[in-house]
Amino acid sequence: MSDIAIKVENLSKAYQLGDFGTGSLSSDLERWWALTRGKEDPFLKIGEINDRVTKGTSDVVWSLKDISFEINEGDAVGIIGRNGAGKSTLLKILSRVTSPTTGNIKIKGRIASLLEVGTGFHPELTGRENIFLNGAILGMRKAEIKKHFDAIVDFSGVERYVDTPVKRYSSGMYVRLAFAVAAHLESEILIIDEVLAVGDAEFQKKCLGKIGEVSKGEGRTVLFVSHNMGAVIKTCSSAMVLNNGCICTVGDVNEGIKVYNQIQTVNKSTSYCNNNPGKVFRQITIQDEHNIIKSEFGYDEKIDLCIKFDIKQDFLNGNVGIKVLDIMDRCVFTSEKKISEIAKTVGGAGVLVSIPPNLLTPGGYKVTFAVHIPNIVLIELINDIIYFDVLETGSEFYLFSGADLGCVFVNCDWKLL
Amino acid sequence: MIIESPRQHWDLEIKPQSGVFDLHLKDVWDYRDLLWLLVRRDFVSFYKQTILGPLWFFIQPIFTTIIFTFIFGHLAKISTNGSPAPLFYMAGTVAWNYFADSLTKVSTVFKDNANIFGKVYFPRLIMPVSIVFSSLVKFGVQFLLFVILLFYYFFQHDGVQPNWYILLFPVVIFLMAVLGLGLGLIITALTTKYRDLAFIVAFGMQLMMYATPVIYPLSAAPAKYRGIIELNPMSGLIETFRYGFLGAGQFYPGAFIYSIAASIIIFLLGLVIFNKVEKNFVDTV
Repeated sequence: MSDIAIKVENLSKAYQLGDFGTGSLSSDLERWWALTRGKEDPFLKIGEINDRVTKGTSDVVWSLKDISFEINEGDAVGIIGRNGAGKSTLLKILSRVTSPTTGNIKIKGRIASLLEVGTGFHPELTGRENIFLNGAILGMRKAEIKKHFDAIVDFSGVERYVDTPVKRYSSGMYVRLAFAVAAHLESEILIIDEVLAVGDAEFQKKCLGKIGEVSKGEGRTVLFVSHNMGAVIKTCSSAMVLNNGCICTVGDVNEGIKVYNQIQTVNKSTSYCNNNPGKVFRQITIQDEHNIIKSEFGYDEKIDLCIKFDIKQDFLNGNVGIKVLDIMDRCVFTSEKKISEIAKTVGGAGVLVSIPPNLLTPGGYKVTFAVHIPNIVLIELINDIIYFDVLETGSEFYLFSGADLGCVFVNCDWKLL
Repeated sequence: MIIESPRQHWDLEIKPQSGVFDLHLKDVWDYRDLLWLLVRRDFVSFYKQTILGPLWFFIQPIFTTIIFTFIFGHLAKISTNGSPAPLFYMAGTVAWNYFADSLTKVSTVFKDNANIFGKVYFPRLIMPVSIVFSSLVKFGVQFLLFVILLFYYFFQHDGVQPNWYILLFPVVIFLMAVLGLGLGLIITALTTKYRDLAFIVAFGMQLMMYATPVIYPLSAAPAKYRGIIELNPMSGLIETFRYGFLGAGQFYPGAFIYSIAASIIIFLLGLVIFNKVEKNFVDTV
């Protein structure tokens, strides 16, 4: 077994919500008075878990609650979780930007964190001056920067502009230079937070390659936070899933991504239910092939829509259909079935509609359900209720996060002429 | 269950609280290259895209001296202990500016650098210390101007008699730096959560200048206010600075020793408070 590089024990972090003003002074005084008498901090007793969607009763939330884990030397760990799961808080504590409320962390080796590229870049200074300044801010000695200077300039690909103030740089060049400095840090542990959301695809690939090289080639420990599951799969060997400030799982990266996908999103409905006898649709759920109701699917997962409805005499010759729209309300496709092919008589019926895997590109979608007699009458329409997300879990386009790739993957035939 | 081997060695331990005197001064030393790069940054970015460049550092003391000479010397006719008025005011202004610049800039260090402090760790103390050194560069340039003026009046035999107290000059500058830094650290630490105090700094510095013998000699202060002025640790420093170079007035050993003690105590206090606040200020700023 390899040595432990980072050991985290019972780590918690509480944040105070709301505005700081006259009111918070009195609670500060109260806390101070309790602490000087050696009592427990009254501020922390009332903390709640951090669920951004439900409105809490207290002003204090635990962004991280009592987490413990160990990371071995040379591991590349992806930290994943929804927004507000505590990922950034964890990285901030690890990189000593803020301190934990309770618990402790033990670290072996030098730690360098990259929570943002180009921290401390001064627009008036030249690329050369900024390489030195930024390197020093990230913890390099001047001699180290000198040693790596040529490699940094080479990696960034901005040789020609190195003596030009960075305010004249294009944003792409700026990011290239900034990442190049960070990529040459000589530390045993590297912490990276979603910095790859910038730069063009070629450069993103270069960055990911560098991260992989750092962890696999040089045997350094890497912690990598990203929403881009494709990037996580490609660069990390294991994953840690955070949800509401707690660790859901630590382990194999594929396993981790599965767990992440199963975490329910509360603000998007995955089911519809109506018992009014005048209505047609009774129950609709969206689920995976294991019948687990959820709203987030990997791009290579099958998406099942389970529809239960009452068939009535007046539309026995009608159709039941679904329409999938993307977040910009573009219709992606429509699928229909003749009711006469499902049932011959009136009464309750159920159908399972499967959207094939590897079809929809990563993004948000919603489904519209309808029963109608084509070109004659619309019997019932269910709109804006069922939503789901397709996640980037390592498709061939994972490097183009944010770009509009259209809504479907098409496996075209490419032939050499 | 993992049994920790006793030989296990950790390079860094992150804990919620640390001792009051756990100041991480070794960390600061390790980051000394950053300190020089920051000072360089401040200096270089000051005169980028200007034609006169560092000469701009001269403009402020020259105009202040002219205005002070006119208002306090010619209109109000305040004593200068027999020194030439422009030299007297320039000595006071240049020295006071160093202290005031350091203090004002240090007092907003958390607020001004919230963005960078929120993204990367380096010993926070580097930032305020770099500010004091940057101000020292500016002071150095302005001091040159003062020396030129001093030579001019010296060769005119115009009542200028530099004396051995001139040797205290480095001590005076060091104490002004330490005092400005200390007060600045206290103010910036106290204003991370509640900004009220920050409003006082701007006009407080103006008021404090009048409570310091900058535009008048301590000997000319009315007896009933002498006590208040002597309580101000800057008084002894400015008086010593001016006495060494101009030879007018006198050296106040009591005031000087009081200044040393006050500066060091305030500096240590500032260091401890700053150190306590720096760990979590990101959450409250």
